[in-house]
Amino acid sequence: MRHALHRLGFFVVTLWACVTLNFVLPRLMPGSPILDMMAKYRGHVTQKALEAIETAFGIETHASLLTQYWQYLGNTARGNFGISLTQSEPVSQVIGGAVWWTLGLIGVTTVLAFILGTLIGIVGAWRRGGWLDGILPPVFVITSSIPFFWVGMLLILLVGRFDPRFPTSGAYAYGTTPGFNWPFITDVLQHALLPALAILVTSIGGWILTMRNTMVTVLAEDYVRMARAKGLPGWRIMFDYAARNAMLPNLSGFAMSLGFVLSGAIVVEYLFSYQGVGYYLLLGVVNQDYALVQALFLLITVAVLVAILAADLLTAVLDPRTRTGG
Amino acid sequence: MATMQIPAGAGQAPEAGLPGMPGSAGTASERAAGRIWRAVKSNKKALTGAIILLLFVIMAIIPGQIAHDPPQAFIYGRSLGPSAQHLLGTTPSGQDIFAQVIWGARETLIIALVSGLLSTLLSMIMGIGAAYLGGWWDNGLNLITDILLVIPTFPLLIVIISYYPHSSLIPLIAVLVITGYSYGARQLRAEALSLRNRDFLEAARVRGERRFYIIFVEIIPSMTSLIMAVFLGTAVYNVIAAATLQFIGFGDPNSLSWGTMLYWAENGEALQTGQYLWAIAPGLCIALLGAAFALLNYAFDEIGNPALQRVKLTRRRHSPPWRIRAERAR
Repeated sequence: MRHALHRLGFFVVTLWACVTLNFVLPRLMPGSPILDMMAKYRGHVTQKALEAIETAFGIETHASLLTQYWQYLGNTARGNFGISLTQSEPVSQVIGGAVWWTLGLIGVTTVLAFILGTLIGIVGAWRRGGWLDGILPPVFVITSSIPFFWVGMLLILLVGRFDPRFPTSGAYAYGTTPGFNWPFITDVLQHALLPALAILVTSIGGWILTMRNTMVTVLAEDYVRMARAKGLPGWRIMFDYAARNAMLPNLSGFAMSLGFVLSGAIVVEYLFSYQGVGYYLLLGVVNQDYALVQALFLLITVAVLVAILAADLLTAVLDPRTRTGG
Repeated sequence: MATMQIPAGAGQAPEAGLPGMPGSAGTASERAAGRIWRAVKSNKKALTGAIILLLFVIMAIIPGQIAHDPPQAFIYGRSLGPSAQHLLGTTPSGQDIFAQVIWGARETLIIALVSGLLSTLLSMIMGIGAAYLGGWWDNGLNLITDILLVIPTFPLLIVIISYYPHSSLIPLIAVLVITGYSYGARQLRAEALSLRNRDFLEAARVRGERRFYIIFVEIIPSMTSLIMAVFLGTAVYNVIAAATLQFIGFGDPNSLSWGTMLYWAENGEALQTGQYLWAIAPGLCIALLGAAFALLNYAFDEIGNPALQRVKLTRRRHSPPWRIRAERAR
């Protein structure tokens, strides 16, 4: 219980730090990015939108920083992030449309990578010194140091260019109307194939390595030896005795990686022009749409914080040994 | 990652046994250096990594001796295929791609090494400082580190860089250092905490050494392998993060580095026009450099964590009966 409260306290402090960082960054930077933005959009958007930005960033209203901060906190708490200048609609609407694409593509791929990687890691450690164990760890050490965007580029180059079954841009074909029907669903799945493959190739290695290494440590434990002495079948020792215990650190890592789904989306979505959270973040950054950028950064950070809190609590529930330490 | 480790042959016991020996400082760090060298020599992975890294360092120091063409002059035929004159062909604006790859090593390595070193230094200050000073210092420094640890780095990197009108190397490196030090600081703090009550530090305290001396001469040398691992880990991350930022277009488009090359390759539609090597070569170099750091890091992990490095051959020779049975059952 004390451990949980401690973690919850840390969550609140970190959340406050992130919200404040989001407030301070555009005001702290050299030059005046906000004024640049205003100048750029004057004449392109309605007067009302500009005024909204002026109020939000405290320009010409001569409000003190403290008042601005207070207003900003209130707006953030109400989920009122202002108007996106590039999309000419409320930021919350832009995000609401984008977030599902990101969760669908990257969320599902993260889960797949975790399941596959953990299984390979279990088998690799169990047959230590076997061919799987000999090939996979070094291969994945190398693939995990390959920049993700380059894998994506190569996939586009080697597969997407020659095979029209693997489209390389967008979440669905241009001109189709989104709807819950079979042609649209297959279209979406087709568009997800290449980006998903790119993510899988670069992220699975980490799961394999950590699972293998904890599994190797656990296999040396006395209770595994005991299970062997009892003459239990190999698969039972492997899954029920060793893997179950070796999973614990990986499981909290998995909970955390779910939080990083949104932040991991940036490069994937840029490369494949996939209209999710990361795509809009870059769009906002390039076009100085700071209201959109601030809201997306906050969303991404909150997702990570919640996931970390969940991972901490999950570990405490599943692994009694960690409870006393906190 | 190397979490808990007692470096084999760290030689802490003799140090504690000879209080007040002058010159023990030099030998401690020399011994650490020797230990690392022996470890690299005897580990195939580490040796491979070290050789790749050395090749890139040579490329970065004398690029002009390797590639004779000027890397940024638009003086050759456009979109030429590979030939004896242009090993990797030319870009659509008439630059020699091979020369660009060779010259690109310099900036890429500078970013990796400088940001890696600075962020390791910051990790050491924040991590070891927190552990050794203890009390409120520990709480305060640790809270800052923890917060930076959980804020997603790459979005933060992009948001900060986006507020800079002119992108150059210095803000890029500064942001990489600030956003990348926290993980290392956590590891170093944990290790320093476990060392805090060891006999050899107690001995140093009893013989009245100053804090400064204890931290720099006693604690840091005995943590060399973990510090190396932290440095290599951040270097891998920084190579990739910097290249990604440059690829997305947040770098200086006139600079000469592999990330910027890929940016131009994508914008110049290298893939559509068939200039495959323009896209493949710089990416391969980034991957190799990253792999070099990762291989060295992997090796240090094995050195630091003896559980991972038992040799497989001994197992068959001394297989206990239950294991043979278990193997047959499979």
